Amino acid sequence: MSKMAEVKDPSEGVRIDLISGERMAGLTSMEKIRMILDGVREGNIVILEEGLSPDEESRLIEVTMTEISPDEFTGLEIETYPQSETADASFLNRLMGKQESKKLTVIGPANQIETLHKDETLIKTLVSRR
Amino acid sequence: MGLLTGLKSSISRAASTLFSEEEPKRIGIYGPPNAGKTTLANRIARDWTEHGDAIGPESHVPHETRRARRKENVEIERDGKTVTIDVVDTPGVTTKVDYTEFLEHDMEKDDAVRRSREATEGVAEAMHWLREDVDGVIYVLDSSTDPFTQVNTMLIGIIESQDLPVLILANKIDLDDSSVQRIKNAFPQHETTPVSALEGDNMDEVYDKIAEYFG
Repeated sequence: MSKMAEVKDPSEGVRIDLISGERMAGLTSMEKIRMILDGVREGNIVILEEGLSPDEESRLIEVTMTEISPDEFTGLEIETYPQSETADASFLNRLMGKQESKKLTVIGPANQIETLHKDETLIKTLVSRR
Repeated sequence: MGLLTGLKSSISRAASTLFSEEEPKRIGIYGPPNAGKTTLANRIARDWTEHGDAIGPESHVPHETRRARRKENVEIERDGKTVTIDVVDTPGVTTKVDYTEFLEHDMEKDDAVRRSREATEGVAEAMHWLREDVDGVIYVLDSSTDPFTQVNTMLIGIIESQDLPVLILANKIDLDDSSVQRIKNAFPQHETTPVSALEGDNMDEVYDKIAEYFG
């Protein structure tokens, strides 16, 4: 096993967790939400390879709201490409009534991540240290 | 519970199940904070209910509505037919609430903190209603602002995933920097109807669409 880079003072940088779709597939909705919120509350940026389902997004918003507290946690910033149903789903998927839900998703603490620009194909985000 | 009372309540339960198709649909008014949801809800209530009572107070300060409020049996008449709906005005949905933003609106810290706590409860409540308790959605957007926000993307996705009928309104067309086309471009899979809930502009078309989508 190769030696990991020496762990530096975390306050010197921003930690980014890139989570594969495979890893997420083994988790329940609540485990996914917990993992995201725990990471974000520590000040990390969480990047999901395949994103969340609409129902999970809805629950993420709900759980986030219950955890917001003054001077401690102000909530999340989430970014995905805005999708249009018609442009996104392939003809066959639409025919089968399937909706493509895999979408790269970036989640971070609301006070550390700021969206500079967003359209269907490009997201520009500014991440700051705590 | 007495036998007679019990019998009465089970009959009324059975009757309500039997006639459930006749029950008015619950239409949730959703959107980001400050899109004009309560102004629209009040406009609908004033136009179509006997006493014309407002559903809730309107304000320029975000998160004025911090509880979902339901106005029952709003009867909208279109082409000789009556469409009866319950209008549910919901708190604006967001993924973040920072009490310091309220301080900019001349609010004391205690009031701002209380408002932010109530706002977070309200957003959670709105999400719960959306998953469990609404039959259709009127999605209100401020047409003078950028519609490509994550909250809009997620909410429209959530609504679509539940197969709820959704009417998108481009509100505040009375403002100089309003752009209905920008909203149409953001949600090409849905029809967008322009409106000024404040001025009452184009409300006739909105009522036509409500009857068409939710009737």
